[in-house]
Amino acid sequence: MSKRPWPFVLGGLLVALLLAGVVSNYASPHPDGLDSSLLKGCTVNADDEITGGSCPAQQAKQHELGDSPLADYGVRGVTNGFLSTGLSGVIGVLLTFALGGGLFWLTRRRGTGPDATPDTPDGTGAAPGTARANSAG
Amino acid sequence: METLAMHISNGIIDGPVAAIFAVLALAVLTLSVLRGRRDLDDRLAPMAGLVAAFIFAVQMLNFPIVTAGVSGHLLGGALAALLVGPWVGALCVAVVLVVQALVFGDGGVAMLGLNITNMAIIGTAAAYLLIALLLRVLPRTSGGLAVTAFVSALVSVLVASQGFVLEYWLGGTTDLGGNLTGLAGTVAGFHLLIGIGEGLITATTVVTVAKVRPDLVYALRALKPATPAPAVPVAGGAR
Repeated sequence: MSKRPWPFVLGGLLVALLLAGVVSNYASPHPDGLDSSLLKGCTVNADDEITGGSCPAQQAKQHELGDSPLADYGVRGVTNGFLSTGLSGVIGVLLTFALGGGLFWLTRRRGTGPDATPDTPDGTGAAPGTARANSAG
Repeated sequence: METLAMHISNGIIDGPVAAIFAVLALAVLTLSVLRGRRDLDDRLAPMAGLVAAFIFAVQMLNFPIVTAGVSGHLLGGALAALLVGPWVGALCVAVVLVVQALVFGDGGVAMLGLNITNMAIIGTAAAYLLIALLLRVLPRTSGGLAVTAFVSALVSVLVASQGFVLEYWLGGTTDLGGNLTGLAGTVAGFHLLIGIGEGLITATTVVTVAKVRPDLVYALRALKPATPAPAVPVAGGAR
């Protein structure tokens, strides 16, 4: 019952790295459903750039961090498009896992099995920044 | 114009409405941390990290939908709710959106509250309500799990996309001349098709996980079949 999750998690991470690092290059380049809805009323060219008309998407403004080295899912300085997209995907997967996994690990309940009652007053030596999250009951 | 952006860009919804939704999103995410912590143990925490990373990866995989020149991608709310539960699941999707906005320039930072509200909160909540209902009435088989995943994913995408329409009604920067229903219809039409893709991806993924490690599927642990005999409330009460 209390098998360790780590082998599965590592396997899953490899799948995610493969998807973001390789398969991502075969993704559709067209705008998604949301952007396409906002383009209604405008005409676009083969690169999906607005060429005329009037539509909500024309109000779009610059992204605050649009000059990030990883902006638009590419690595600045890497000229090979395949490599640039794949590398940005790999970095993104690892970054998301580190940030998400790290936060969840720090926030988790300590010293209790998966099916323990949530009312045990644990977390006495809680990790930094999680003290106020102790809200059993 | 960048075509790789997948979420609400700056300038589409006005500042005050975006700010209101930022406060709302922050409040719900804080509640999710408090409630999700009951679920987060040594087994769920690494799984939640994986779910966030996996959603990031699959969101990069825009797939074509029937309409020419339009793509769709996973939102991930149903997948997260099935694998790690609604509270932690909402946090997983939020982590993905934060990384995308702060590192990949996708989805305006000022629009983060709107994007989190739609995809992390509305999407995950809608999915889990359906999951809780369907898993109790459908047979406990791979087929039952697949149907649960497919339907909850499809509906959650549709509902989440209408969250955007609501936000556009409140603070859209282009005067649609009273034709909000036109926008709502267009958004719904595209996201019905995207929802089919979301349903297929979610069902395939969850059924695969359930075959390999059924103990790692939160919904299978937390939601017992509707047997009439024991009236003992589920631990936690309001999962």
